[in-house]
Amino acid sequence: MAVDMNMRILIVDDYKTMLRIIRNLLKQLGFNNIDEATDGSMALQILRSGNTYGLVISDWNMEPMTGLQLLREVRADAHLKSLPFIMVTAESKTENVIAAKQAGVSNYIVKPFNAETLKTKMSSVLGDF
Amino acid sequence: MSRDDAETALQKRLDMIRAARGNAVPLEDVAEVVRAILDTMTGEISAGELRVYGELEALAEVIRKTKQEIADIRPDEIKDDFLPTAADELDAIVQSTETAANAILDAVEAIEAVIPTVDAAAGEALSNATMRIYEGCNFQDLTGQRISKVVNTLKQIEERVNTLVAAFGEEIEQVLKQEDGAPRHAEADLLNGPQHPDAASSQDEIDALLASLG
Repeated sequence: MAVDMNMRILIVDDYKTMLRIIRNLLKQLGFNNIDEATDGSMALQILRSGNTYGLVISDWNMEPMTGLQLLREVRADAHLKSLPFIMVTAESKTENVIAAKQAGVSNYIVKPFNAETLKTKMSSVLGDF
Repeated sequence: MSRDDAETALQKRLDMIRAARGNAVPLEDVAEVVRAILDTMTGEISAGELRVYGELEALAEVIRKTKQEIADIRPDEIKDDFLPTAADELDAIVQSTETAANAILDAVEAIEAVIPTVDAAAGEALSNATMRIYEGCNFQDLTGQRISKVVNTLKQIEERVNTLVAAFGEEIEQVLKQEDGAPRHAEADLLNGPQHPDAASSQDEIDALLASLG
């Protein structure tokens, strides 16, 4: 099944510069319907606002709500639990990856990352595009 | 005083200090106890007591030297000057890299805007180049996170230095008195590197200052 290139994507990071970088990389990959949040609680509010999202790309280390807490909230929410969720983070320790996997992360990207990695991980979650 | 008497007296003093100050006993108090024990050891003393006396004297000397060395490090200066300055400098680095990264992104977005107006081959080349620039701009996020870790470490150091300053206030004051009137390295004091943005003079302000100096 073809990937819907018009799907709504939510990117979450407390660094505005990082949001801008991810947004531009997604645009170059052909995705233009992108919303932003600067922490987990803001992201959760947006996800529950009524719009349907096809993917969340989230940082981990944010306040007040971290990316892992956001992931757990998403997986515990009956309407959001199947939402593809990619963690993009500088946290690269094994225990971090295990914790994210146990919480139900769809894929995991370690910063710094390149466009090819982003595309590969998105394809593994969404299908080829 | 016999060895047993000395140990009893020592234990009594230590118990009094613990009761008054808990387990965090300043070195000054320990030194005072050692001095007091030494003062009581008069009259005929045995070889064993003489050895204890010698060890106590050596201990008193080690404590005195340690106090002086810690005071010489100037923990007050580290607390009041070096640590806050270091934290400000690190904050300025984060701000500078963020400003630089955004300036780069502005320029890249401007390049992307003209891609549709050039031929396909040039457009693809520009598109590949701009993607690599976006990838390279990851550095800002990572440097920010690493610097935050360093700032947290500085805060922990500051807490420990505060404890030192509290314990050695008197000795530090003595060192300060000794340094009064000592010659300062005038030129070295002028070399502070880039100023914090809030404190830095603008080129216009410097031009005005130069003009005012004639």
